[in-house]
Amino acid sequence: MKWGVVSFPGSLDDRDTLYALREVMGQDAIPLWHKDESLGGARCIVLPGGFSYGDYLRCGAIARCSPIMRSVVRFANDGGLVMGICNGFQILCEAHLLPGALTRNRSLSFICEQVTVRVANAHTAFTRSARKGALLRLPIKHGEGLYTAFDDELSAIEERGQVLLRYVAPDGSARDEANPNGSINAIAGVANERFNVFGLMPHPEHAIEPRLGGDDGLAIFRSIIESAA
Amino acid sequence: MNSDPVSLPGEPAVDLNLGIAHGLTPEEFDHIKKILGRIPTYTELGVFSVMWSEHCSYKSSRRHLKMMPSRGPRVVQGPGENAGAIDIGDGWLAVFKIESHNHPSFVEPYQGAATGVGGILRDIFTMGARPIANMDSLKFGSFDHPRTKYLLASVVGGIGGYGNCVGVPTVAGETMFDPAYNGNILVNAFCLGLVRREDLLSARASGVGNPVLYVGSATGRDGIHGASLLASAEFDAESESKRPTVQVGDPFTEKLLIEACLEAARTGAIVAIQDMGAAGLTSSSSEMAGRGGLGIELDLDRVPLREAGLTPYEILLSESQERMLIVADRGRVDELQRVFAKWDLHAVEIGRITDDQNWRIRFGGRIVADIPIAPLSDDAPMYDRPAAPPADPQPIESSHPKPPPPSRAGDALRTLLASPNIASKRWIFRQYDSIVQSNTVAGPGGDAAVLRIKGVRRGLALTVDSNPRACAIDPYLGAVATVCEAAINVACAGARPVGITNCLNYGNPERPEIMWQFIRGVEGIRDAAIAFAAPVVSGNVSFYNETEGRAIPPTPTIAMVGLLEDFTAAVTHFFTHAGDQVLVVRTNSPRLAGSEYAAQFRCDDRGLDSRGLGSIDLSYERALAEMLVDAAQAGLIRSAHDVSGGGLAVALTEACFNPGGALGAEFSLPSEFETAVELFGEGRSTIVLSAAAENIGQLRQLIGAAGLKIVASGRVTELPRLKIGSVIDEDVLALREIYERALPGRIGEP
Repeated sequence: MKWGVVSFPGSLDDRDTLYALREVMGQDAIPLWHKDESLGGARCIVLPGGFSYGDYLRCGAIARCSPIMRSVVRFANDGGLVMGICNGFQILCEAHLLPGALTRNRSLSFICEQVTVRVANAHTAFTRSARKGALLRLPIKHGEGLYTAFDDELSAIEERGQVLLRYVAPDGSARDEANPNGSINAIAGVANERFNVFGLMPHPEHAIEPRLGGDDGLAIFRSIIESAA
Repeated sequence: MNSDPVSLPGEPAVDLNLGIAHGLTPEEFDHIKKILGRIPTYTELGVFSVMWSEHCSYKSSRRHLKMMPSRGPRVVQGPGENAGAIDIGDGWLAVFKIESHNHPSFVEPYQGAATGVGGILRDIFTMGARPIANMDSLKFGSFDHPRTKYLLASVVGGIGGYGNCVGVPTVAGETMFDPAYNGNILVNAFCLGLVRREDLLSARASGVGNPVLYVGSATGRDGIHGASLLASAEFDAESESKRPTVQVGDPFTEKLLIEACLEAARTGAIVAIQDMGAAGLTSSSSEMAGRGGLGIELDLDRVPLREAGLTPYEILLSESQERMLIVADRGRVDELQRVFAKWDLHAVEIGRITDDQNWRIRFGGRIVADIPIAPLSDDAPMYDRPAAPPADPQPIESSHPKPPPPSRAGDALRTLLASPNIASKRWIFRQYDSIVQSNTVAGPGGDAAVLRIKGVRRGLALTVDSNPRACAIDPYLGAVATVCEAAINVACAGARPVGITNCLNYGNPERPEIMWQFIRGVEGIRDAAIAFAAPVVSGNVSFYNETEGRAIPPTPTIAMVGLLEDFTAAVTHFFTHAGDQVLVVRTNSPRLAGSEYAAQFRCDDRGLDSRGLGSIDLSYERALAEMLVDAAQAGLIRSAHDVSGGGLAVALTEACFNPGGALGAEFSLPSEFETAVELFGEGRSTIVLSAAAENIGQLRQLIGAAGLKIVASGRVTELPRLKIGSVIDEDVLALREIYERALPGRIGEP
């Protein structure tokens, strides 16, 4: 399957995502440049982690104005699969492809560590190869990952099952101290209403090799491959 | 050129007093007049003052640094370029260096630390290497000092703010708190990059007529005289006023610059490249031309500026960040400019290489500086400063009266685990991205970080170490011990030590006792580096680390690069399997002198001064390192942990902290070992090894063949309880709680 990974100026995990897709999963993956509008015929677009445009303004606020984002929005509106990881998640929220917003961690500092997330909805293109309730060990590394949404929006998201991943303790229990950034309802990943756009703060592309801290991230990529098949 | 350069209207008249105000001595000022055959212009005076500053010229240290071993079969580039390079096989070179940013970080901690990271990154990618790992060595004052929390939070914030944003993982580091650094913190930043052998770039200009390109950020007024007035003088009550000499970092532009420079390098159109670090445009241009034995002409009217009205003096001395100077292959400027345009960066032709060995600067159609290059760089003043041991050596003293040691060893262990010097540094390293680039096999928190190299079996182990308390007692032995610790740390991960970079932090070299400390330190590094066959390929000297006449303890910081033949054979520092056997191997008996135990508790003389640091037999140290590497690569051991701060008891405790679930350990100790010095003493070198029972015979053989002694043994237990002889019997989970909570608790976080 063909993937497109967008590089904005300041993107950091674009190379790692290409590495994960090509070298570890044997996928056909192409880099996409922020100044272009072509998506190169990709079936799934990944917006990677990083600090697009330095994120000196609100994270993702400038990146969403890039030429490539016009195509990404059109592609998403046509039902194409789009996944935003970390900064990519922030960009998707800024572009209004996903509900809610991401703000500074409640500790007010950057956090890099392994977390456990529970798959809250396994009936989606991004989670179908996992069981509902499955626990995934994934790394996070961000300063602004506190997910928030207005009350009415939040209850709608919850009702429709748009929350795909939630932070939990390693044993799977829901505990406040297991929520690394203070996200509302411990939300780690959320989909749009059509379930073709997905944003998550943890980095599945950094959890694909047992030697490098585990391979639970493969579940996400495999789900997308199955969905596109 | 027929006319002498001119001072510009409005510039101060140059005389000896102005020279002294610029940090020059009367002799140096006379020497400048002799070189030029006239009074320097105001611009030239500024240029000499930075290029002849201690920071840029190494005038007090140069003659001594030569004694360090810098050659070896793996060395491709030793000292003299922006960073050293060693061959690590498979066509790859590891390019690395460590550098201080102490003074800026004390005056303006966030930006000082951030730009320290930025500067060391540029030293690496200017060699054509992609930076793949950062490390930091930090020294702060006591937690009781009112500025310590602020400095800690801001320095860590700055390192993270910059390193995280450029996409280079911070994989290891060390942090120490001691009242000796209350008035002068240390921030030493290390970076390592990888480059294919054929793609290594140089900072040696060649080709008369080749154009000179200015790339990266525009030039502003920040950082002027950072190298001379800030880095090359002691602190006093006025230091706060030097804040404007600290640069301001822009990591986003640095990230673009990394990608653009590496892409530009692939065109083959770069002849030479150097970053504009200390002394900015001045040092980069004069050093590149100087190395090539050529001259250079620059037209400052073409330099991109952040604001109008900068004088030539300001443009030449600005230390604005994220700028590089490139000597391009004539006729291929367009090609390079296209690459920088893609990344939205300036790339402006501002001059050319000449054949007259002069450094000539134009501004507003006039020549404002015209200086022979050699005296600016290679022939800068060099001093043989007097050195003498102090009359009465003073080890670092605690600022508080110390309590007597507790009668129960378990109580002492808990006190040590709660010391910020021993406690987990998770509060610090969780603020750093340690996994970006997908190479981190073992990140912060262990003896050494382990990185794989994509596409090959080999891997790298990295550590950064220092031991100022030992250096304060004996600057030679302390330096030897520091190199040993670094070498043993990478060996514990299973890697052979292959290269060193060092950052030598000392006080005012104009004082004979400081110069003596420095020379003894260099001698110690030399002897230990030779013993481990690990050449010193790059480094940095930071003098004048003192405040109001009180110097820091001698602090040579050693970063060691180790090579793993097979990264999958790397071992952890923590126990992995209940039921495994544990062996304690050592090269010498431990000492309390200079230990954390002695810093925490009042120790009698028998434990301290009368026994001193003891001796270090480097042949044993090397045998130990080789044994560890062989055992790891042969798959005989499951974990190896170097005993350091807090001694054997702390090392055993840490080895129980398996991140997947705490384990325990049981040790029988001969009763004569149940003493504070055996349990908590430090010194070279003691290792805690664990191995599967079926390998223990072979492992014992290997240890015996290396001439090393096994002094204690035990086993790993499922039950998380640490039992050492009859003296320690503690719940590992409770110990871990103390260890993990100590630093956040001190900082006042929940």
